[in-house]
Amino acid sequence: MIVDSYRFLPRSFRPIYEGRGPFPGEEGPVWAPFEKRLASARIALLSSAGLYIKGRQPSFDLEREQTNPEWGDPSWRPIPADLGSDDIASAHLHINDEDIRSDPEIALPARLLDQLVAERVVGSATAEHISVMGYQDRSLEGWQNHTVPELVTRLRDQQADGLILAPA
Amino acid sequence: MMPAVAEERRASRIVGVEFPFGHAFGMPGDKAMQRRVLELALRVLAGAATFGTRVDVDIEWPVPLREAYKAWQPKEASPIVRKLLATSRPTNSEAAP
Repeated sequence: MIVDSYRFLPRSFRPIYEGRGPFPGEEGPVWAPFEKRLASARIALLSSAGLYIKGRQPSFDLEREQTNPEWGDPSWRPIPADLGSDDIASAHLHINDEDIRSDPEIALPARLLDQLVAERVVGSATAEHISVMGYQDRSLEGWQNHTVPELVTRLRDQQADGLILAPA
Repeated sequence: MMPAVAEERRASRIVGVEFPFGHAFGMPGDKAMQRRVLELALRVLAGAATFGTRVDVDIEWPVPLREAYKAWQPKEASPIVRKLLATSRPTNSEAAP
């Protein structure tokens, strides 16, 4: 079974995504072998659904995006792995986030990962997972120069062996 | 959701799901579906032998296409879509993820 990547995308938007190839400078393969057994590895999750902690973290900057539609907030939020679902909010202008708000596990399955750790399928989860905004400035300048290096440092500090990237 | 795009963008390991945007791991409340996706993602992460490995999840979205297509879209078009609509004026109201 081969997934239809454009099944839920409006037809007129398909050319925006299809046949664009790699970003300049990213043509070559990037590969890191996964050397540990999963049962002894530490795993982190990253969601691009614009999740943040209610009352404790600022929302992603939607006001600026409203006034500058080609800009997307390149900042990120650490989401503690033990945070309750009721404490998670989302800020994303490109999707209907009702389902995410009712069950954040569909974007960031931290409780499910904990369950797999308890079952010894996975060694452990990082103390924090990561939330970003999936909609970004097309140049990706802020993302490449600031966000990604910060995320790599944060995940290395937490001794993550692998990262599951989940687009929104 | 768009594994073909991930391939074009040279992602090293890819799990494809034919789910509406905003639902990377499946339906809200459906823990079995969410587990199938996460377990496959972990297996591909740990077990892929070569760059560009792609495995698609064989799950059909349990909502009729027309309904699911409308449901994932925001109630108001995003700023960039409003801008595009203002310049191109397509016949249908559309949104981008």
